[in-house]
Amino acid sequence: MEFLLHLGSTGLDTASDVAPILAIFVVFQMLVLRRKLPNLRKIVTGFLYVLAGLTLFFVGLEQALFPIGETMAEQLTAPAASDQVRWQDYLLVYAFAAAIGFATTVAEPSLIAIALKAQEVSGGAVRAQGLRIAVAMGVALGVSLGCFRIVTGTPLPWYIVAAYAVVIVQTYLANRMIVPLAYDSGGVTTSTVTVPVVAALGLGVAASVPGRSPLIDGFGLIAFASVFPIMSVLGYSILVSRGTSIADEERFQSLKRWWTWLRDRKGKDKITDKGVDT
Amino acid sequence: MTPNLLRRAANLPFLGRFVDALRDLSPIILVIAFFQVVVIQQPFPNLASIAVGLVCVIAGLALFVEGLESGLFPLGESIAHAFAQKGSLIALLAFAFCLGFGTTVAEPALIAIAAEAGKVAAEAGAIADSDAARERYALELRTVVAVSVGAAIVLGVLRILKGWPIHRLIIGGYVLVTLLTLFAPDEFVGVAYDSGGVTTSTITVPLVTALGVGLATTLKGRNPMVDGFGLIAFASLTPMIFVLIFGMVS
Repeated sequence: MEFLLHLGSTGLDTASDVAPILAIFVVFQMLVLRRKLPNLRKIVTGFLYVLAGLTLFFVGLEQALFPIGETMAEQLTAPAASDQVRWQDYLLVYAFAAAIGFATTVAEPSLIAIALKAQEVSGGAVRAQGLRIAVAMGVALGVSLGCFRIVTGTPLPWYIVAAYAVVIVQTYLANRMIVPLAYDSGGVTTSTVTVPVVAALGLGVAASVPGRSPLIDGFGLIAFASVFPIMSVLGYSILVSRGTSIADEERFQSLKRWWTWLRDRKGKDKITDKGVDT
Repeated sequence: MTPNLLRRAANLPFLGRFVDALRDLSPIILVIAFFQVVVIQQPFPNLASIAVGLVCVIAGLALFVEGLESGLFPLGESIAHAFAQKGSLIALLAFAFCLGFGTTVAEPALIAIAAEAGKVAAEAGAIADSDAARERYALELRTVVAVSVGAAIVLGVLRILKGWPIHRLIIGGYVLVTLLTLFAPDEFVGVAYDSGGVTTSTITVPLVTALGVGLATTLKGRNPMVDGFGLIAFASLTPMIFVLIFGMVS
């Protein structure tokens, strides 16, 4: 009975989340576009599936995953005996962070959506499974490193800005077909499943490590989980596109552009490149 | 007989979705089971309730993916085609803004993070330490983030229409975030960075992606892979910029 009540109230919550979106679509459809939607019945059925699906999904997560995830974060980060913080003492926390980051990302509905779309649009060149695993590995690395940052108390911007720098370099090396998708996958990883578990982990770690404040150091894990997947997807694409001649040519061209740019900056340093005269 | 039946069962659309959902969730089940049994070495608390929850999650994921393919994707695409045919830029951009703003302002993850940020600001002495001040502050922050997501979708749609290369805009955004980080109050940096991640909800992502891909497919000279994706990336970037500025101003 209690379960059914919970199901009902979560269903209402989901419906109220969907309502503004639906309202925007209906208003623009009726007032601006003034056209009948093709396949209206199918779309409405689909929307109902989405509503029912998300409701069941949230209820199940709250019942099965979130309590365990939170307890586990608490137990693993039990306060250290001494005031001396050694980052090595938290190896299990990093391992758990990586494992749970990977696992929640693979189950993330938004990521499933974008991976399916990418597979469809690319005609199968991008495989949905491969993309999701690449993203999940990025989240695993990011969350794990984020926990390391909380334990050591090093400033968040250092990590994020350094990650940006890597992403920028990778952008010029990667196939330009994959770049927008890679940027998108950073944003979608942190959604329904990952955020609550990862946020709980961050707050748990910050609360248990001596000298850290949950309010100040607990934030930032989500940011790690958003930047690192971009890096892993771009990295994966650079790896797999190696050896194909078009990709090599493109890579060569972008390296050459960088080279020229560097050389122009150095001015009269006499750095020469066989292809370009000074 | 049996293999034949199995094959026919696998062809049923829904059953396939359930199998996929089970596969998607297996890593979570494995991770939790491993850490519970091997590392923490304690029995599961109320196993029955967890089992019921897992069945719900699997069924929910299967239904969601089915609805995605039959409802959300076609809706996003057909509205993109309709706007492209109508040819009114103002209407399209207004729609883009409303979609970004409307889906973000009531986002539960954002409400949670805004409330946390209110506490941070009160503790840091930026605002008065009272419930009213904190709530007002959280509401302002939510509005700022929602406006920034609206602006992001508008910018992203403009990019698709004009064919601007995405990496210049995103890299420019990163540089801006880095510069703003230098000047923003320290307590704000974590909240700002996190706000970029929480703005994209499960229903918004498929709709916005289908809108972008739909526009890029309809317009001549645009490639859906190169130009269609990227709207979500803008929606994750602009909140960081806006929240950092908000932190500097307030």
